[in-house]
Amino acid sequence: MPLKTIQAPLPGIFYRKPAPDQPVYKAEGDMIAVGDTIGLIEVMKTFMPIVAEEAGKIVTFHLENEDAVMAGDPLYDIES
Amino acid sequence: MAISKLFIANRGEIAVRIIRAAHELGIRVVQAVSAADRDMLAARLADEVVEIGKAHASKSYLNKEAVVAAAVASGADAVHPGYGFLSENADFAEMVESAGLVFVGPKPETIRAMGDKATARTMAMRAGVPTVPGSEGRVENAEAALSAARDIGYPVMIKAAAGGGGRGIRIANTAEELQTLIQQASAEALAAFGDGGLYLERFVARARHVEVQILGDGARAVHLFERECSLQRRRQKVWEEAPAACLAPHVRDLLCASAVRLAESVKYRGAGTLEYLYDATTGEFFFIEMNTRIQVEHPVTEMITGVDLVKSMLRVAGGTPLALEQSDIRARGHSIEVRINAEDPARKFAPAPGTIASLTVPGGMGVRFDTMLYPGYTVPPFYDSLLGKLIVWDDDRPSAIRRLIGALSELKIEGLTTTRSLHQALALDADVNAGEFHTGWLEGWLDANPAVASAA
Repeated sequence: MPLKTIQAPLPGIFYRKPAPDQPVYKAEGDMIAVGDTIGLIEVMKTFMPIVAEEAGKIVTFHLENEDAVMAGDPLYDIES
Repeated sequence: MAISKLFIANRGEIAVRIIRAAHELGIRVVQAVSAADRDMLAARLADEVVEIGKAHASKSYLNKEAVVAAAVASGADAVHPGYGFLSENADFAEMVESAGLVFVGPKPETIRAMGDKATARTMAMRAGVPTVPGSEGRVENAEAALSAARDIGYPVMIKAAAGGGGRGIRIANTAEELQTLIQQASAEALAAFGDGGLYLERFVARARHVEVQILGDGARAVHLFERECSLQRRRQKVWEEAPAACLAPHVRDLLCASAVRLAESVKYRGAGTLEYLYDATTGEFFFIEMNTRIQVEHPVTEMITGVDLVKSMLRVAGGTPLALEQSDIRARGHSIEVRINAEDPARKFAPAPGTIASLTVPGGMGVRFDTMLYPGYTVPPFYDSLLGKLIVWDDDRPSAIRRLIGALSELKIEGLTTTRSLHQALALDADVNAGEFHTGWLEGWLDANPAVASAA
């Protein structure tokens, strides 16, 4: 199975949950479809959704919730 | 006791502004930085730099324990909170004082009282300051809200008691709408502020935003006239002026006197701003809230009065009574400030962090650029988008607008997209030139002129 690394489209703070007291959008091992929200990136106080452009299975997240991220940093790996 | 070493618990352009004022008073500066801000301009200008935590503001500039611990360890005798972050956090002010340091601002109890909008409103009414017709304190449930709204009259605004920055505000035109919105607003306020408390106010259509700058020393207070900040997008100010050209002289006198009354009634210490709605059709003004800190747009007041507000704050915090009498303070000419943000007006103001490839700063008489930029600086994506404030002064408003147009054309920031083009278009707009606007005007103008901001 080919493994693909998805990169952050913009810099900011990466959130894996919609709110601190809620579960993660997606966990490692989850199947994702095109259009699924994977997380949020907060850039200058604006929250931008990170949406899957490819379907597959999430193998690994490279970031924890609330980690700082630069554009181009690896976000997660999927297996298609 | 005069301050000898000041800890700055903020970043960006306001940290630079505070450093300049402190240095002019012979005060040494310790600058707090997050891990993402080690190379910011304020860090280069400060005498010492202390890293207080990670990039995320909740782990650095909003981390009360970390900030106080760093301030104490640095040997500073005072903390300036700037604006935003912890500047209006009464618990933080209390922690600073308990640690034996001076908090550059009002007493914690004043921050607490004025920070709760419902309490502030009650204090205003007691001081004889007009307020917008609204609920008496918080509305505890939907039934109480519906009953209060019957007395206030629709449309009503639902506001979060712990809110700020325009967040958590909704407008209900009917009882049915109020019933639905009150649940959402309470849940949202709880999530955003940790407090689901709400209150109601009459919604004044086409209201103008005017605000009065005051300085107090804990006993006496003076006003430094008013500003108008009606040009707003998503309730964030983008263009500010002093004085407010829409006010008749007798209205200005009443407005400013009311602000001094309220400030003295709460024994206000430091710089503060009382915000009002002004109904230009009836000439009525209503107090809405008080900001117990220095504000972003303070320079326009400095330009028309010649009073350095940040130095004044530091002197008062050091225990010196106000040197100014009300009669010493005269307003002269007209000043305009425009906020230069790292946002793309052509893409719905999408944030545009990046690296400053080159920078050309405008100059000349009556031109001031308060900024955190320098060539080669990378604007981090973690904080707000304000890059700098272009401020102009001239004898009157039309001349100030002409000077602004010239200064905007000189200002060149390369490497990222800014809101400069929006201000160029606004400075040429007929309504802006005529002073014909209100707090909802800019959003309507943006809808009607989608191409103007990007084409300029």
